[in-house]
Amino acid sequence: MKKVFLSVIGFSLICRLSVQAQEKVDTTKNKPAFSLYTPVEQSSTTYAPRGLTVEEVNLVSSYYSQNGFHSPVTGGIGSEKVTDIANGIDLKLAWGDPQTKKYSLNLGFGYDHHTSASQAFISKTGASSKTGERIYPSLDYTIENVKKGNSFGFGAYYSGEYNYRSLGADIHFSQKTRDKNGEFSAKLQAYFDQVTLIYPSEFIPTSATNVEVTTASSSGEGEGRANIPSSPRNTYTASLSYSQVINSRLQVMFLVDGVTQNGYLGLPFHRVYFNTGKDTIEKLPSTRLKLPLGFRLNYFLGDNIIIRSYYRYYRDSWGINSNTANIEIPVKISPFFSISPFYRYYDQSAAKYFAPYGVHSANDEYYTSNYAYAKFQSNFYGVGFRIVPPRGVLGWQNFHDLEIRYGHYTQTTGLSSDVVSLNLGFK
Amino acid sequence: MIRNTLKLTGLFLVTLSITSCVHLKEYQKNKINDSEMALGNRRVEKNELSFQSYREAASGANAGKTGGGCGCN
Repeated sequence: MKKVFLSVIGFSLICRLSVQAQEKVDTTKNKPAFSLYTPVEQSSTTYAPRGLTVEEVNLVSSYYSQNGFHSPVTGGIGSEKVTDIANGIDLKLAWGDPQTKKYSLNLGFGYDHHTSASQAFISKTGASSKTGERIYPSLDYTIENVKKGNSFGFGAYYSGEYNYRSLGADIHFSQKTRDKNGEFSAKLQAYFDQVTLIYPSEFIPTSATNVEVTTASSSGEGEGRANIPSSPRNTYTASLSYSQVINSRLQVMFLVDGVTQNGYLGLPFHRVYFNTGKDTIEKLPSTRLKLPLGFRLNYFLGDNIIIRSYYRYYRDSWGINSNTANIEIPVKISPFFSISPFYRYYDQSAAKYFAPYGVHSANDEYYTSNYAYAKFQSNFYGVGFRIVPPRGVLGWQNFHDLEIRYGHYTQTTGLSSDVVSLNLGFK
Repeated sequence: MIRNTLKLTGLFLVTLSITSCVHLKEYQKNKINDSEMALGNRRVEKNELSFQSYREAASGANAGKTGGGCGCN
């Protein structure tokens, strides 16, 4: 680990020295004795400050379908069949002087609707609702000082579903290097979440008489849920990244996050079956530290092929170690149409607190049978198509680009899924 | 396995350092500025990253969620 950090620091130092060595200083000594050339002073008034404009609108929709047989709701056995339809809109507003100071406001809104077979079994009889909705608005405000090459901003988010609510905020800063070939970014983020304590029907305290308690979806939205207590979950993240242009075809980026979580980190409707046959509710520690390190490398090969690659090493205080490697190769069939096959490999070790159905002992301090914490490998592959016609998609000038992507995902736990996504970009 | 991966990553970075970086003017960045070369996630990947964070224990270092904001870990 120490070597990696030293390499990163050494790499950026060498880059800085190299750039300084290549920068030419135009002094009067270099002027020819006679020249007809008259320098023209650059004026920042060439570009007038802009009023508020809608710079970009993006619509993203996805359909996700999953199947498996290790649902945590039923203690690590049972159907994991899920379908989810997600729709989101992102709106970017901009104003200011593009040569000096730019301001941007990003507004987002998302809506998901899902069906989940296992959710029905929060109630022992399978009578709970199988469906649910989530909404998630967001905003981000950024000021960019073009001359100094830096930016500063803040953001806020909300996410609400029947059994989970979240409020988040961040501040972010970036600074380009003097030659504008490198950029350092930092972001501090905090989420303040509330987990609604919806227990499996057999664990509802006898004092609770409200029938909504066993329903983990929107059908009981409103007065019923107001009676169900919730528990906090807080997440604090510090993200740092550094990107560098290596040459006219190659650029890289290093990313590191430090994440700390505290509060209720399990879900109250996840069952665990002990080796005695008795069931209980998943119990996990109330703190977790995560350290993911990422590296991106993008290379333009020839005139038509781009190699986009990504690697991440991850470890956390629950004993999970993980590797993620991703490669995507967009091939430009024409300047306006590209096909992008991609492949992602992922592996993880098991959390210290995971055991399958019927294996945990009642003497264990913590226990879960959620297969997201099991040891497994996964593969995800598919293809994307993107068109960016010069006169707009379907001849509509403002319809800037259209991208559609399909992926198939498999885990060695037996879980598999398919996802289709569509992005429509307007400028 | 992990130690070897880290060693390889370190070696790769050192090799990159040796080859060093070229100072590019803006007009030399037509390939670097191609939209497919952007060092980030594509918009169309947004929901893929979301389901991965639900089904897998690892997250972060990809400009996506690191926990919080949803019922995922």
